[in-house]
Amino acid sequence: MRAAVVVFPGSNREGDVARALKLATGRPPDMVWHAERDLPAGVDLVVLPGGFSYGDYLRCGAIAARAHAMDAVRAHAARGGYVLGICNGFQILCEGGLLPGVLMRNRDLRFVSKMQRIRVERADTAFTRAYAKGQAIEVAIAHGEGNYEVDDETMARLEGEGRVAFRYCDAAGAVTEAANPNGSTAGIAGIYSERLNVLGLMPHPENLVDPLVGGTDGRGLFDSLARAA
Amino acid sequence: MKARVTVTLKSGVLDPQGKAIEGALRSLGVEGVASVRQGKVFDVELAAADRAGAEATLKAACEKLLANVIVENYRIEVA
Repeated sequence: MRAAVVVFPGSNREGDVARALKLATGRPPDMVWHAERDLPAGVDLVVLPGGFSYGDYLRCGAIAARAHAMDAVRAHAARGGYVLGICNGFQILCEGGLLPGVLMRNRDLRFVSKMQRIRVERADTAFTRAYAKGQAIEVAIAHGEGNYEVDDETMARLEGEGRVAFRYCDAAGAVTEAANPNGSTAGIAGIYSERLNVLGLMPHPENLVDPLVGGTDGRGLFDSLARAA
Repeated sequence: MKARVTVTLKSGVLDPQGKAIEGALRSLGVEGVASVRQGKVFDVELAAADRAGAEATLKAACEKLLANVIVENYRIEVA
């Protein structure tokens, strides 16, 4: 598994995700500056890290989504390559048209930064094979704009095609209003592209890979990817 | 040539910022405000000399970047 992490001005979780990738794959990912027009040869996975690209100016992820490197990411995804967008990376994927919908301001206007359970909706994708279907993993969330909104028709397609990757849930795995930290439609925490090779999610699995920081539930995602290619 | 682009949320899209402003106005004692929707204004200077060219440029700007047409509408006014 060869991975590359695209770095934008204002990205701030690239180091965390690089560490998680190195733990899972045994090699550090290539760091790619957003102005690059090409990805390193032989890359299997491209990660768009969390942060506040371009200071969240205009709309979260809007300017980063138009960076040169994103054309290469789009081409990579079109070839069937894996793409993972975490937090701001998820916002960038939506703004860039790689995933449907949009991430709006949290329902109660507050920035949420806490531990959160999310339910693994399917365990048969390149991103989730190391988990069990229905498992309620504990990861960190930290965002002000994580309220996933999408039109009804697209929502029906996402559900029908099994493209919801993770939902916010309680410790027992129940998806409830009380467990929803930001007002996301249907408790959505992450979604897949049509071919299941692009995943965007708001939570930060890269921050839960080391027992030293209180949990390792995030490792499964990187272990799954390490096995996928 | 100068122009103004106004970007607003489509009706039906929840606008928590507008709601918060609405509540703040109420708590300030500003009476008679039924609802508030927040948007953005862009004042743009254009190289184009003709109106049609300016409008075409701005339409491209809105579609490509200024508005997220999934949830936002835009209005172009060329001065």
